Amino acid sequence: MPAVSKGDGMRGLAVFISDIRNCKSKEAEIKRINKELANIRSKFKGDKALDGYSKKKYVCKLLFIFLLGHDIDFGHMEAVNLLSSNKYTEKQIGYLFISVLVNSNSELIRLINNAIKNDLSSRNPTFMCLALHCIANVGSREMAEAFASEIPRILVAGDTMDSVKQSAALCLLRLYKTSPDLVLMGEWTSRVVHLLNDQHMGVVTAAISLITCLSQKNPDEFKTCVSLAVSRLSRIVSSASTDLQDYTYYFVPAPWLSCKLLRLLQCYPPPEDGAVKGRLVECLETILNKAQEPPKSKKVQHSNAKNAILFEAISLIIHYDSEPNLLVRACNQLGQFLQHRETNLRYLALESMCTLASSEFSHEAVKTHIETVINALKTERDVSVRQRAADLLYAMCDRSNAKQIVAEMLSYLETADYSIREEMVLKVAILAEKYAVDYSWYVDTILNLIRIAGDYVSEEVWYRVIQIVINRDDVQGYAAKTVFEALQAPACHENMVKVGGYILGEFGNLIAGDPRSSPLVQFNLLHSKFHLCSVPTRALLLSAYIKFINLFPETKATIQEVLRCDSQIRNSDVELQQRAVEYLKLSSIASTDVLATVLEEMPPFPERESSILAKLKKKKGPGAVSVTELEDSKREGGELNGGGDRGPDTASTPSPSADLLGIRSAAPVGAAPASAGSLLVDVFSEAGTTTTLPSSSLFWLLFVCKNNGVLFENQLLQIGIKSEYRQNLGRMYLFYGNKTSVQFASFTTTPQLNVQTKPVEPLVEGGAQIQQVLNIECLTDFSDAPLLNIKFRYGGALQNLTLKLPVTINKFFQPTEMTSSDFFQRWKQLSQPQQEAQKIFKANHSMDTEVLKAKLLGLGTALLDNVDPNPENYVCAGVIQTKGQQVGCLLRLEPNAQAQMYRLTLRCSKDSVSRRLCELLAEQF
Amino acid sequence: MQFMLLFSRQGKLRLQKWYVPLSDKEKKKITRELVQTVLARKPKMCSFLEWRDLKIVYKRYASLYFCCAIEDQDNELITLEIIHRYVELLDKYFGSVCELDIIFNFEKAYFILDEFLLGGEAQETSKKNVLKAIEQADLLQEVSGGGQIGLPFHFIC
Repeated sequence: MPAVSKGDGMRGLAVFISDIRNCKSKEAEIKRINKELANIRSKFKGDKALDGYSKKKYVCKLLFIFLLGHDIDFGHMEAVNLLSSNKYTEKQIGYLFISVLVNSNSELIRLINNAIKNDLSSRNPTFMCLALHCIANVGSREMAEAFASEIPRILVAGDTMDSVKQSAALCLLRLYKTSPDLVLMGEWTSRVVHLLNDQHMGVVTAAISLITCLSQKNPDEFKTCVSLAVSRLSRIVSSASTDLQDYTYYFVPAPWLSCKLLRLLQCYPPPEDGAVKGRLVECLETILNKAQEPPKSKKVQHSNAKNAILFEAISLIIHYDSEPNLLVRACNQLGQFLQHRETNLRYLALESMCTLASSEFSHEAVKTHIETVINALKTERDVSVRQRAADLLYAMCDRSNAKQIVAEMLSYLETADYSIREEMVLKVAILAEKYAVDYSWYVDTILNLIRIAGDYVSEEVWYRVIQIVINRDDVQGYAAKTVFEALQAPACHENMVKVGGYILGEFGNLIAGDPRSSPLVQFNLLHSKFHLCSVPTRALLLSAYIKFINLFPETKATIQEVLRCDSQIRNSDVELQQRAVEYLKLSSIASTDVLATVLEEMPPFPERESSILAKLKKKKGPGAVSVTELEDSKREGGELNGGGDRGPDTASTPSPSADLLGIRSAAPVGAAPASAGSLLVDVFSEAGTTTTLPSSSLFWLLFVCKNNGVLFENQLLQIGIKSEYRQNLGRMYLFYGNKTSVQFASFTTTPQLNVQTKPVEPLVEGGAQIQQVLNIECLTDFSDAPLLNIKFRYGGALQNLTLKLPVTINKFFQPTEMTSSDFFQRWKQLSQPQQEAQKIFKANHSMDTEVLKAKLLGLGTALLDNVDPNPENYVCAGVIQTKGQQVGCLLRLEPNAQAQMYRLTLRCSKDSVSRRLCELLAEQF
Repeated sequence: MQFMLLFSRQGKLRLQKWYVPLSDKEKKKITRELVQTVLARKPKMCSFLEWRDLKIVYKRYASLYFCCAIEDQDNELITLEIIHRYVELLDKYFGSVCELDIIFNFEKAYFILDEFLLGGEAQETSKKNVLKAIEQADLLQEVSGGGQIGLPFHFIC
C-alpha cells in the first residue's frame, strides 16, 4: 500500500492529535481540547463559508475529541452538509461522524435520510455502500421507517453489485433487529433464501447472517434454506484447501461461512429428507475426521479456524440430540481437548461437554472424564477455566458419582476464588439434597459447607437444611447430635449458630439423654455464642431458649435469669427487648399445657421447589436450569422432600424467614408477616385478639387514578383518604375511624417518608373518627410508595399495621394540551430506547370508552383528541413536576376490543419515569 | 457481536464499535469495566471470559488489546480469528501496523472495519476483497480530493 494513501493529508488533524499526545496532564489535555473546540466553533459560526476540505478536517477533529471521551454538542449540521458533497472523502467523513454521533434531532434525521436516499439511488456502488454502512451503524427506527422497504429490493435486484448486496443484507439484518415490525420480507423470501446459492462467497457469508436471524423468527417461511445450506456446507467441507482461493484461511476452507452454515442449521430440527440428512451426517463425520488429521500448519490461526468449525458442528450434533454415534464421537473429541496444551481449547471443551452431559446418549461418555475434570478444578491456573470445570462437574453429577463430586467440590471450596464461592456453595447444596441417599450425609455436607465457607452460605441454604430436617424425622436426632458437636469448635460461623439454635430448640431433647449433651450443657453451649452474634441471630437464639423451657423444664430458672438480665430486657434493640420481655412473661404465667401448645414442634413445611434451586436459576440463567430439568426428567428420585420439585410453584413465597417461623404454614390467625414483632402476637393468641393484615395492594391500586376514597378497612378500623395535588406539592387528609365500641389507646401513626405532619390524638373513642393532614413535596421521581405505620392498643392487644400510602408519581402531573403535530414531534424526540416503556396486557376491567376516559383524566394528564389517526386509541400528555426537574411524558393506549388486550406505550424524558408509569398503569385497565 | 473495543496497555481506548444501541453513559461504563477486567488478566490465561450475560473474546497484539463481546450462542474461536483477520487487514493496509497508525488514522481503522464487519457480522472475509474496496476509495479521494500529501511517520513502535 503506498504511504500516500495512509493519511489523506489532514495536516491540521495530525498536528492536533500530536498536541494531545504531548499533553503532560489531563488538565493540559482538556485545555488544549477546549481551545480547539472554541476554534472550531468560531470557524463554523464565521461569516466566511468554509470549503469542503476545512469542514471535513474540523468534523474529523470533533470526532477525535468525542472518541477521547468528551461530549460534543455541535458540528452535526456541518457533518450532514458533508454527506451531500460530491467528493468521496468528505462524504465518507460525514457518514463516519453521523455513525458515531447519532443525534435524535428530528430535523437532522430528515436531512440525513435525504442524503442517504440520494446515495442509495446514485447507482454508484461505493456511495451506495457508504449509505448502507451508515444505516447499519445507526440502525434507528426512523431509518427503518425510511428504508426498510427499499433495501430488500436492492438486495435481490439482478444488477446490484456484489459488494452492495453484502452491505444490503447486513444492513437489513440490523434494521430487523431494531424494528422487526418494519422489515417485511414477504415476496422477497424465496429470493433471499436463494442467496445461499450465490456464486460470490462474500455474498453468501453476508446473506446467511440475515437468513439465520429471519429463520429464528419465522422458521416455516425459511425452511427451504436447510437443504441449500447442507449442500453448500457439503461443497465447502469436501473442497481442497486451495479451491476457495482467498476464502481459504490458513488452509481451512471458508471457516466463517462454515460456522454460519452450521449455526443456521441449528435453527431447525434434523432434515426430514433422508438424502439431505445423509449428506449432512457425512459432513459432520468429515469434520470430526479432520480433527484427527495432522495439522496442515503449526499456526494457531489454522487450528483455531479448524476447531471453530468443529465446535460449531458439535453444537449442531448436541442440538439434534438424535445421533448416538456422533454424540459419543463428539464427546471423545472433547475429551482429547480436555488435556490439550491450549488453555482456550480446554476451556471450550469443558463448556461444550456441559451440554453433552445433558444428553441421555452421551451422559455416560461424559462421566468417564470425571478424573480429568476434577484435576482441572484443582490445577487450572485460570479461574474462568476452573469455573467451567465446576460447572461440568455439576452437570455430570448423578446418583453414582454424587458423593465423589460433592466431596471434591467441598475440598475445592477451601481454596476457591472468592468470585465463585457463592455459586459453588449453592451447587453443592443442591447436589447434596438431590442425590442424598441417607440424610445424615446431607446434614454432614451442609454443615461442612457452613464450616468451610460460612460467609458464602446464603439464607436460602441454611433455611433449606432446616426445612428438610423438620420434614424428616429420621434425621432429626442425627442433626441435633452433629450440630451440637459442630458448635463445640472454638470459633464457629454465625450461620452454624443459627442452624444450631434452631435445631437444638426443636430437637435438643433427642440428644438430652446423653450427659455430655444434657439440657444445661446444650443451653450453655448456645449461650456462649450469644454475645458474638448479630441481632437477628440473637433473636433466633432467644426463641430457641423459650423452646428449651418447654422441652426441658429444668432449664427454666437459668433461662429466666438470662432473659431477666438488663442486657436482654432492656436491650436497646426493640426486637430483642420485646422477645425477652414477652418470653419471660410467657414462661412465668402460662401453664405447662399452654406452653406446650404454644411452643409445639414446628409442623412440616409444605413441599415445594427448593428455594436454593430458584436462587441458582436466578444467578445462572438458563444454562443451569437446563441441567436441572434433565435431572428431573430422569426421575433420579432421592429428593429429600419427596418430590418437592414437582410441587406447585411458589412464586409468591414471601420471605423465607416467615416460612421458618412457621407463620405461613401454621399461623393460627392472620398474622402480619410485615413486622417481625407480630409473631409475638401469636404467642398471646389466647387473649383473643387479632392482628390486621397489611394493606391489600388492590385497594392501593384504585388510588392511582383517583384521589379520594377508602384506603383500608377491617373489622376494627377504617381509613379514608382525601387528597389534592398542585405542581410538586400535595396535601393528604387521612381519616381514622374506630368501628368498634371500645377505645383505641396509644394510637400513633408514623409515615415513613419525609412529610410534614402533626401527630394524631393518642386516643380514639369507640365509634369516633380522627383526622390527620400530611403535607407532601415531591423532590424527585420515585417508584416506591411511602409507607405509613399505625399502632394502637385495642383491648390490651397491640395492633400493628403498615399501609402503602397512595402517593404515586402521576399525582404530580400537570396536563399539557398540544396539537397532533406537536405531539408527534415530541414523540419522535423521545426516541431513545430506554425512554420508552411498553406493555401489552389483557384487559382486567371494562373497556368502555367513558370508563377509560375517566381513568385517563384521573391520571392527571391531558387527554388529547384528534391526535391519533386511529380514533380508538387514546393519547395523553403531561409534565411531572418534581422539586428538581420537570419530566415530560407522552402516553398512548391502544385498546383491542376483540382480543380484550391493550398496548400501552409511554415515552418520558426520564427513563425511570417511563418504566414506573407503565408499571402503574398496566394494572389500571 | 455486540461491540468491539481496542485499547492500549495503559487502558486508553483507541477504537470503539457498538452494534447495539446503548447510551453514551452505558458505553463508558462498559468500557471502563471491561478494560479493567481484561488488563487484570495474566498472559497465558484463556482468551474467553464470561461477563454479565455476554462472552468476551480478547487478544493482545503488541501494545493493543482487541476485545469483542459476543452472545451466548456465538462461536468464540471464530471470533478470535475475526480479530486476527482485522489485524491482518490493518497490517496490510498500513504496512506493519502499530498503535500510532490507529491513533493518527483512526478514521481509516473505522472504514476498514466497516468493510469487514457490518452490524456485528462478517460481511467480507476475503482479505483481497476488503483491501480492494479500501484501495478504490483511496483512489477516489486522490482523484477528487486533489491528492493531499500524507504526513511522514517518524514514530517507532
